[in-house]
Amino acid sequence: MTIAPLATLGFSLWTAALALLLILPPGVLLAWLLARHDFRGRTLVETVVALPLVLPPVATGLVLLQLLGRRGWLGGLLEERLGLPVVFTWRAVVLAMAVMSFPLLVRSARAAFETVPERLEQVARTLGAGEARVLLGVTLPLARHGLVAGALLGFARALGEFGATVMVAGIVPGRTVTLSVGIFQLVQLGQDAAALRLAALSAIAAFATVAAGEWLLRRAAHRR
Amino acid sequence: MRLELHSVRVPLDGFLLELDVTLDAGTTAVLGPSGAGKTSLLDLVAGLRRPAAGRIVLDGEVLEDAATRRSLPARHRRIGYAPQEGSLFPHLSVRANLAFARRAAPAEVERVAAALELETLLDRGTERLSGGERQRVALGRALLARPRLLLLDEPLSAVDLERRERARAMLQRLREEFRIPMLYVTHDAGEAAALCDELLILERGHLVGRGAPHDLLEPDPTARRLRRS
Repeated sequence: MTIAPLATLGFSLWTAALALLLILPPGVLLAWLLARHDFRGRTLVETVVALPLVLPPVATGLVLLQLLGRRGWLGGLLEERLGLPVVFTWRAVVLAMAVMSFPLLVRSARAAFETVPERLEQVARTLGAGEARVLLGVTLPLARHGLVAGALLGFARALGEFGATVMVAGIVPGRTVTLSVGIFQLVQLGQDAAALRLAALSAIAAFATVAAGEWLLRRAAHRR
Repeated sequence: MRLELHSVRVPLDGFLLELDVTLDAGTTAVLGPSGAGKTSLLDLVAGLRRPAAGRIVLDGEVLEDAATRRSLPARHRRIGYAPQEGSLFPHLSVRANLAFARRAAPAEVERVAAALELETLLDRGTERLSGGERQRVALGRALLARPRLLLLDEPLSAVDLERRERARAMLQRLREEFRIPMLYVTHDAGEAAALCDELLILERGHLVGRGAPHDLLEPDPTARRLRRS
């Protein structure tokens, strides 16, 4: 079995990017709700969101497999109604990445919103701004650096995803093999040199992502 | 302008702000030591803080009524607020800060900027402003919201002493030009005397004095002190 390093890197990058796109709108919205609003069931929501952070990734993957499998309620629905098989396809890779990155994104985005002084939002209201204008004109622009850094962190987490991915997407060469899955598989096959090449590629990708996030955060701190 | 506070009570840090007062002067100053509840009073009128009890009515319109849990949202009150620290939007230029108020038109922004001597600062970012300049921008932004009442929290506190006379004169001109009633918080008795028609003295949440400035303050300008009975 051969695993092409660059194609694998490309596959990892686009699936992680798609996972990020998928979780960005609900993640940012949820983070804003948690940072600025008190509502019933808030603790429950916080706990459920944090679960993938503390559960073993393979356990999360098992839950996803139950849900998304042909006999799972979501998987059955997607395959029968929409003709979209999920398990053991790239869709499963994206979904596993999305679920595992979601808590990190929500946490960082929430911290970003919490750095915005509420006083500025209040003053905006006295100036006649409605809630949408307060959010779009004051809160989001002021939280933007932290939000981008949080998104990059989520992306980096998605790039490194392994446990949940292996459970729902398996190891199908050329179809579901990401960098981390590829490394595991190559080591299993005794192709250590090839595994190391993939490891180097993932290190470069992770380094670039995290460095970009740090740079943005430092710029945001400098601005304030 | 007629602002009525009926049996308003707000628990603050370690004491209770309790007010039962009707204000109808053009410019009212609220004087008192720090921690007396002055800023909380402005927050209350602006709609940024809810009273535990009581009613607040402005020109016949109920702003707050704790009994019926009615509270007019801050954005519908048409009350301009220039907080002490300025609270300028740090991601916007001076011009964009001014124009944020009810999406003020460029001509209006220019007019207010001229009145506040801010023309040369319009395209600057807010991080490069002095404390006094920030306060002027905050004041201009509050004016541009076309308020029926203007709340000013220590608007001259960051202005250095040499420029204070000039800043006071500017505030007086604004009062004439825009004819907006003001509620003005300060701990500087001289400033209060120079700018207001009526004076309230607030200490630990309670009104301890009220009247025309010359009745409440010592006439000797070098030793102006509160006359306490």
